[in-house]
Amino acid sequence: MLEQVKKIVTTFRQGEQVRRGVGHVIPLWVLLGVFIALLALTWLTVAATYVDLGRWNLWIALGIATVKAFLVALYFMHLRYDKLLHGTIFLFAIFFVMLFVGLVLMDSTAYRSELIEDYAPAISEEQGAQP
Amino acid sequence: MTNQHHDDRPQHLHHHFDTEQQQFDSDKLGMWLFLVTEILLFGGLFVAYAYYRAHHPEVFLYAHKYLDKTLGGINTVVLIASSLTMAWAVRAAQLGQRRLLIILLSLTLLAGFAFLGIKAVEYEHKWKHGLLWGQRFQPEHHEVTDAHQPEPAAEDGAHHAGDRPADQAEVGPVDAEPCSTAGGHDLGGTQLPPTAPGPGGLARLPGETPAVAGEHVVPQPENVHLFFGVYFAMTGLHALHVIAGMIAIFVMVLLAAKGRFGGGYFTPVDLTGLYWHVVDLIWIFLFPLLYLIH
Repeated sequence: MLEQVKKIVTTFRQGEQVRRGVGHVIPLWVLLGVFIALLALTWLTVAATYVDLGRWNLWIALGIATVKAFLVALYFMHLRYDKLLHGTIFLFAIFFVMLFVGLVLMDSTAYRSELIEDYAPAISEEQGAQP
Repeated sequence: MTNQHHDDRPQHLHHHFDTEQQQFDSDKLGMWLFLVTEILLFGGLFVAYAYYRAHHPEVFLYAHKYLDKTLGGINTVVLIASSLTMAWAVRAAQLGQRRLLIILLSLTLLAGFAFLGIKAVEYEHKWKHGLLWGQRFQPEHHEVTDAHQPEPAAEDGAHHAGDRPADQAEVGPVDAEPCSTAGGHDLGGTQLPPTAPGPGGLARLPGETPAVAGEHVVPQPENVHLFFGVYFAMTGLHALHVIAGMIAIFVMVLLAAKGRFGGGYFTPVDLTGLYWHVVDLIWIFLFPLLYLIH
């Protein structure tokens, strides 16, 4: 008798879960709104290349790209409605990429004073090197 | 509590999970960890780009003119639209809207084909004009310049081989004659060996006819082939990812047609969507960095 009751309760509980679904459903207007925003930002990026701002052009382009990336990540990839752990993982990835780029660039300028510009020694034949 | 009666459990719930929610959360976490590795994979190429552009901006300024901004822009819009249809497809899967799901997944697939088609057009154009990577970088207008070229301006010490073979067979830095300037650099007593000549040489801008000596043209910087190396590595790897994503989406279409997805189980569509969005994310950065260099 008790086993039968247990079985009914368990089935009911699982049925509850099946009916409720496991994830948050994103509203359609949010998806369409983000899409329009992404198109607008793409247009902005292209338009910005016709305005000469010197070295700032690169940073503006990257900045707009970052905004687009965050829109895609937060809404299309659902990070805004997910557990914070997923967003943290994503931010960690970005952090490590920035670390990678930053350290490499920093290192690449470190020995600049010892470099001779445009100089790469030719390998001579006496050294037995193969061209 | 582990359930001993397997017929009570939904078919898609694996035995090592207690509830669907737990399985869904685990699957999603695993996918996010994988996406981190994808981001870092492309991160390596972005670092190569950043390094080279920081130290040789003239190469990027010169070479990006070979790229078509309009096609790149269309590709960006295509991928963003495909991201919309993909995210919407995930929503449709959650709500059990089977027909809409199949339509949206098919639209995403179509957008993928459009992206690859435009990429194929771009690549074909570059192949035809010899704008490839490394030693294969032989822009076609080199054929019409004659053997006696004036020295390129503003390059210290480096001297390019004057003879260009008519059949363009061996155009590479190590095959050319050693430089005919004086033995090497003389730096306060130390004699350095002569420099290896670069693959460059005075070239015309694309579309221009060859000039007589003395006419003002923009000299091609050295090592332009490295830009195309970076370009093909990044867009090529990205295109491979697009193809992989399209295969996954196609599998989703087949599964959706069988009616496998609903409110309790839409995980494969969700994870495929996440992958597709990462592919879109990478293109969002590739587009300004490669095509919109000012």
